[in-house]
Amino acid sequence: MREITLSQAVNEALAEEMRRDETVFIIGEDVAEAGTPFKILSGLVEEFGTDRVVDTPISEPGFMGLAVGAAMTGTRPVVDLMFGDFIYLIMDQLCNQAAKTHYMSGGKMSAPLVLRTNMGATRRSAAQHSQSLHALVAHIPGLKVAMPSSAYEAKGLMKTAIRDNNPVVIFEDKLMYNDKAPVPDEEFLIPFGEANVKRAGSDITLIGTSSMVQVCEAAAEILAKEGIEAEVIDPRTIVPLDEETLIASAKKTSRVIVVDEGHQSYGITGEIAGRINEKAFYHLDAPVLRMGAMDVPVPFSPALEDITVPTPEGVAENARKLMSGEMIHAA
Amino acid sequence: MVKTKTNTEDYLRMYRQMMRIRSFEDNANQLYLSAKMPGLTHMYSGEEAVAVGICEALKVTDKITSTHRGHGHCVAKGANFKEMFCELLGKEQGYCRGKGGSMHIADQSNGNLGANAIVGGSMGIATGSAFTAKLLGKDDVTVCFFGDGATAQGLMYEVMNMAALWNLPVIYACENNGYSEYTKTEEIAAGSITARAEAFGIEAHQIDGQDVLAVNELTQKLVARARKGEGPFFMELMTYRYHGHHVGDINREYYRSKEEEKEWKENRDPIIKFRSWLVEQGIASEDEIEAMNAEIKKDAEEAVAYAEAAPYPDQSEVDMHVFTDVKHALA
Ligand SMILES: Cc1ncc(C[n+]2csc(CCOP(=O)(O)OP(=O)(O)O)c2C)c(N)n1
Ligand SMILES: [Mg+2]
Repeated sequence: MREITLSQAVNEALAEEMRRDETVFIIGEDVAEAGTPFKILSGLVEEFGTDRVVDTPISEPGFMGLAVGAAMTGTRPVVDLMFGDFIYLIMDQLCNQAAKTHYMSGGKMSAPLVLRTNMGATRRSAAQHSQSLHALVAHIPGLKVAMPSSAYEAKGLMKTAIRDNNPVVIFEDKLMYNDKAPVPDEEFLIPFGEANVKRAGSDITLIGTSSMVQVCEAAAEILAKEGIEAEVIDPRTIVPLDEETLIASAKKTSRVIVVDEGHQSYGITGEIAGRINEKAFYHLDAPVLRMGAMDVPVPFSPALEDITVPTPEGVAENARKLMSGEMIHAA
Repeated sequence: MVKTKTNTEDYLRMYRQMMRIRSFEDNANQLYLSAKMPGLTHMYSGEEAVAVGICEALKVTDKITSTHRGHGHCVAKGANFKEMFCELLGKEQGYCRGKGGSMHIADQSNGNLGANAIVGGSMGIATGSAFTAKLLGKDDVTVCFFGDGATAQGLMYEVMNMAALWNLPVIYACENNGYSEYTKTEEIAAGSITARAEAFGIEAHQIDGQDVLAVNELTQKLVARARKGEGPFFMELMTYRYHGHHVGDINREYYRSKEEEKEWKENRDPIIKFRSWLVEQGIASEDEIEAMNAEIKKDAEEAVAYAEAAPYPDQSEVDMHVFTDVKHALA
């Protein structure tokens, strides 16, 4: 199968959906001629014109609000938010407006839009350009949240997101834009709420989101050499969450680590751990372990930044401790 | 522009400060090109007369807020090269102990409340600083630096309204360099920028930002009036950035022509213009200026060498400074 980058995968998904449905349009800063600072959208304005690939002023709440209104009245906007960190600027439009439109109207209106943005630290971009803020929006009922872990997921999830009738937020890891993965030539979609078992194993379950899937896979490699068989699961969407697959794996292996790049406290790892505790408690041999990003703003200095995110070695280390029973008495 | 010799020192300091900014940026760019600098940075070269003309009209106790393109403001407000380069390289002796980096450099000792990686993000802060001055009966003035692109942020209009209602001692200084990222200002700003301030009853001036004396003269007048409670004021300073949007923006002919860059660099350079004026007026000889340039260049190079050799912060600093009253947040 051919291999393409995550960035090309997003580009292809958008182009295909824009060809299929003329109500789909892209709006955001420097999305047209510049094709975004990451050059993800290059070529789209040439094919679809400036009416459907719309450059905006630096007015995030403005164009987000505009997209909500446009979505409510018959179009399918794909909003490009240059950095995930800017989500704080658009929270009202996203969470008070888009997320609640369908519910508050008793099901009579909806806001079928996609918010494309990014996440991920270790790019030396400091505290306001490195955050992974998916937990903030996953907390809000009415928003779906997708976290592609490779080019394949990026394409399949984007196409599903555009066709979904709800507001969907997609977080792409900005360090993965140039990573290649096999992606079929033929059209495909990835349904929401279906986790992907990336690697089967019987000793311990490693659940990872976005780039942390690769971290879990690398940890599983390390562990395999030591005779520990880890199962690696990528939920792919955190709202909706494929509880069934996660719970089944937890019951099978009896030990689970959840790895995510959002801050550890009050985050995705805690949510998933909580659900597993509720539904697989009597099958567990150890507490479900959370591994998120350190609870500090992302520091600029390379000497500090690198230690704030989970690494394969760190995951493997914790897996060993869980296997040996050390963690059970840790507290 | 006939000036008396009594101002000689002031003029020479203005020249020196502009040259120091240029020299700082040349070195920072070199650090990036030689892959010694973590991440990206935005060069201030070409805009020196704005920061220097304004900051030379301020006292140490006056405050400024800065932007992602903030090295110039930082130098102009009195910062040292060593601490600045250390910050750019993420070293412990940097102004922010390596935690902030280029986009968050701040120098509290000289009243620089900090650069900001959120476009428009400092407008509230500047206005709040002016509010403090009024509330506590100090005569401090705050200058809020921001770009033409930032005029698209709604926050600006909210705070200008309050500043005008309450006569706050704040000067909004819009550095109009013709571009926001890869887009021309006229494509993102409708109508007139100064008229927007005028709509709130704020006195607004448009001025040549390449003429350091003109900028300084106007700022002195406005600062004096702001101290007496006649603020706020608004300045639109017409200027130009010589480099790309950031140091990595090398191929930029698709949005900005080489001829245009050449025209500004050769015929409108603030340093060349001021230098000829100094010589013409007999304030400094060519030799004296060359000696000053050489000294500044040496200072900058020494500071770079110092910063390169300086240590990174100890890893134990990673959870320090999360809260003011807690030494280690995660201990
Ligand atoms: C809220 C927000 N939106 C977008 C960006 C990305 N961004 C960084 S600088 C910039 C352009 C700013 O233009 P301008 O205000 O004119 O300043 P200049 O870079 O020209 O000095 C953009 C869009 C950002 N940092 N913050
Ligand atoms: Mg600009």
